[in-house]
Amino acid sequence: MPGQRLSQIEGSVAVAQAVARCRPSVIAAYPISPQTHIVEGLSDLVRGGELIDCEYLMAESEFGAMSACIGASAAGVRTYTATSSQGLLFMAEALFNASGLGLPIVMTVANRAIGAPINIWNDHSDSMSMRDSGWIQLYAESNQAAVDLHVQAFALAERLSVPVMVCMDGFVLTHAVEEVELPEQEQVDAFLPRFVPQQLLDPKEPVSIGAMVGPEAFTEVKYLMHAKQVQALDEIPRLAADFEEMFGRPGGGLVAPYRTDDAETVVVTLGSALGSVEEVVDELREDGVRIGALGITCFRPWPLDEVRAALAGASRVIVVEKAFAVGAGGIVGQNVRLALSGLPATVYDVVAGLGGRPITRASLRGLFRDVLEDRMDSRSLHFLDLDVELVERELARTRLGGTGPHAEHMLRALVGVGAVPPGPEAPVGEES
Amino acid sequence: MFEIRIHGRGGQGTVTAAEMLSVAAFDEGWHAQAFPTFGSERTGAPVVAFCRLDRRPIRIHEPIAEPDAVIVQDPTMLHQVRVFEGLGPDSFVLVNTGRSFAELGMTDLVAGLRPGHALTVPATAIARETIGRPLPNTALLGGFAALTGAVSIDAVADAIRQRFEGRIGEDNVAAARAAYQRVQEQKEQVDARSEA
Repeated sequence: MPGQRLSQIEGSVAVAQAVARCRPSVIAAYPISPQTHIVEGLSDLVRGGELIDCEYLMAESEFGAMSACIGASAAGVRTYTATSSQGLLFMAEALFNASGLGLPIVMTVANRAIGAPINIWNDHSDSMSMRDSGWIQLYAESNQAAVDLHVQAFALAERLSVPVMVCMDGFVLTHAVEEVELPEQEQVDAFLPRFVPQQLLDPKEPVSIGAMVGPEAFTEVKYLMHAKQVQALDEIPRLAADFEEMFGRPGGGLVAPYRTDDAETVVVTLGSALGSVEEVVDELREDGVRIGALGITCFRPWPLDEVRAALAGASRVIVVEKAFAVGAGGIVGQNVRLALSGLPATVYDVVAGLGGRPITRASLRGLFRDVLEDRMDSRSLHFLDLDVELVERELARTRLGGTGPHAEHMLRALVGVGAVPPGPEAPVGEES
Repeated sequence: MFEIRIHGRGGQGTVTAAEMLSVAAFDEGWHAQAFPTFGSERTGAPVVAFCRLDRRPIRIHEPIAEPDAVIVQDPTMLHQVRVFEGLGPDSFVLVNTGRSFAELGMTDLVAGLRPGHALTVPATAIARETIGRPLPNTALLGGFAALTGAVSIDAVADAIRQRFEGRIGEDNVAAARAAYQRVQEQKEQVDARSEA
């Protein structure tokens, strides 16, 4: 690529570099794993003088970080933050303020599970819990996608005056050292114009932002919020086209169809699971199975028409997602069903990769075979690789009057089953 | 695809080793990926890191269950963690120890692998001599280069220098080269024996 260099680099470091090249003026953050390397990287770039004219604020909490971002963005400067998991929840109130005020803040969410039980590993429970917060949500399938989406996120946020969340799988992507083509500064400068705020707090011309609005206009303000988000459905493909022209590689967009043209079965997913899904699709294609994949890059706003078009020819749709609505079912799955309304496709909702459980090709292969050979019930929610025996043992224990927390009892039940065998009697070399 | 799993303890540079290996392979034209297992890391606790090399772009991110090579940074882990799980008959094993496989009670494992595919190298001792600290990771990377040929020792040396500047980098390169030499000699002995 002209002027670009391929680097073997950690995902977090690559994102920090990409964000720095977008020249934010204020970064306010509070560290929480697995996002920490990103903001550490940015703080180093500010302190080392590589990222100039930027104020790095170490806030006292995530609530403080987002509040500082709101203030900075309202004062008319490009603003960035990053968080994960419980940190995102701690920001929740401020998230709605940022979107309600129409402030073009860009935030990385290094996706991680939400407790209890305490779990620091990857899934999508955090960002999915904030799917209706009024932020645009983009999901990265790789570290290259994460880098490219961040550059586009600032442009998108500022064109529409809407905040954008770039979601990347915590640890799986943030801590993976892989090849990434980093955008050169000149290219980013050419792609991303100087930030011209659509509203501005200026002491010389005082105005109020965030005033009380009663029943007489609240609906109308919210209506405009919705309309502006829907506008992103037109803006995102335009930006992706501009991006490809400038950087010489595709990136962004609303959805990513893979071998869907004649596919009878399509697997829908988002984030880093897409790569494994595509590998298994390739394998099954070798066997003559007409299967494809659809990556959801933009989840909010929901690209209903594009999803419907990509899935129109499919008779079976398998939605694999790393979060779910407890007591209701799949989250992405529900949106997919909405997009398929009136079409004859059967939708299978599958929850996978919760709390850091790997989504392996072996498990995906088994799942797709189960669907293809009609062994799955499309009316119930499926949990990939569920340890049914563990669940049944715990249920039996409680039926017999056992009390106390499920989590701790299930962990105890696992010792000696799947965990590392303790003690020196462990088999050495038996695997040979 | 060539997949490597590195077992060590927190503080031994296990994750750093996987990262440097991916850089060495990347510099030699591989598509490469390195990542750790993630947990509440603490000094001395078992740690696993992975490195995946391929001639085409790597799309998967799952842990490595069937490694082509296993590097064991600490032989005391042999009794604690199933470090050899998922090995195939063509896999490679490199263990950091000054003792023999027989002394470690591992003859069965070695017998199940091809001659010269399971070797030991006293990486900690080499590190003490060259770096002055008992950090075996860079020596093991040198040994890995000799054992598998997946990457060259020069690429390993470059990757180490990219990670550690100046004196520390050079000392670690010396460790890697010394271990490379030790493993190379063992391989030549195995080859001579199989020819005889």
